[in-house]
Amino acid sequence: MKRVKRRYIALLLECDSLPSEREFLDAVWAAVTKLYGEVGASLTGLSLINFDGKRKIFVIRTSLSSLSMVKTSLATVTTVAGKAAALNVLAVSGTLKALYDNVG
Amino acid sequence: MTRTFADLHLRINPKDTQTAQRLIVKAKQLGYQSISIPFTQGLQETEAATLKDMCNKTGLDFVLRSDFRPRTQEDLMRFLRKFRRKFEVICIACDSKEVARQAAKDRRVDLINFPSLDYHKRFFDRAEAELASCSLTGLEVDVKSILVMEGPARVRLLSCLRREVAVALEFHVPVVLSSGGDVENLLRMPRDLASLAYLFGLDEAQALDAISTNPNAIVLRNREKLSSRFISPGISVVKEGKAV
Repeated sequence: MKRVKRRYIALLLECDSLPSEREFLDAVWAAVTKLYGEVGASLTGLSLINFDGKRKIFVIRTSLSSLSMVKTSLATVTTVAGKAAALNVLAVSGTLKALYDNVG
Repeated sequence: MTRTFADLHLRINPKDTQTAQRLIVKAKQLGYQSISIPFTQGLQETEAATLKDMCNKTGLDFVLRSDFRPRTQEDLMRFLRKFRRKFEVICIACDSKEVARQAAKDRRVDLINFPSLDYHKRFFDRAEAELASCSLTGLEVDVKSILVMEGPARVRLLSCLRREVAVALEFHVPVVLSSGGDVENLLRMPRDLASLAYLFGLDEAQALDAISTNPNAIVLRNREKLSSRFISPGISVVKEGKAV
């Protein structure tokens, strides 16, 4: 079976309050599902890898083939846990080491 | 080559300096190099100077832009005669086919914009694109509508945008992507904004051009035209001699 290539995305959450990991991931899944439907969302293989509450930086993982879909969906997020919010992509990388080097 | 990103449409009241200041700072943080806040009721020089000053202090380039929604062709011509030389960018919001056609063929118009909600008033078809390509008029797409709409309304808007953008590319009409945002949460980083353009059929390079090369080309061209040294395209005064 062909190995699935993955990409790690570091995201900066701009929101007045700090949502829980669950609320954040729900907002991301909701955005992907709204834009690409359930079949599209199932292809992304999204998962939350790390969460830095202090800096409001989240790291998620997705498959390389659905990277553009996920990036587009992330840009459409306007609320997280009922509060106005925006997600900015800080860096995208193939390894967590390189991602953390980029984000600092 | 490093791209310089421009957001030519921050939709706020130029008189509301507090909101303007917040959005200007935000735009700088997100990585834009130039921004524009449209004037809808002629040029208010005090506000324009204040906004320019705010942008200069933040390290942004402020582009003087006017948005106008003419009711008739004559209305449009009157507006252009009066204000063309006062603004660096002129955008016409087209509510009727007559106005859309005139705006597309007039070289003094830089951008044309169509209502996001009323699909019967989106007149960007092949005829419109052909006129616009001859006069270097660009098609402006505001992403705010994509962000705030949901369900069938967004589906219909994306479908319209996909068709219009395909026609624009076919006729080499420059597409300009703007945020159209009035609050900080609706502003996006330039590359995030570009990724939204995948939704209506622009590839990565075309999407990045729509927020950098295309708007910058319009601003540069108009600044050159508005300079006192400009004679005609390609000809400008280099040095003035003394009369013998």
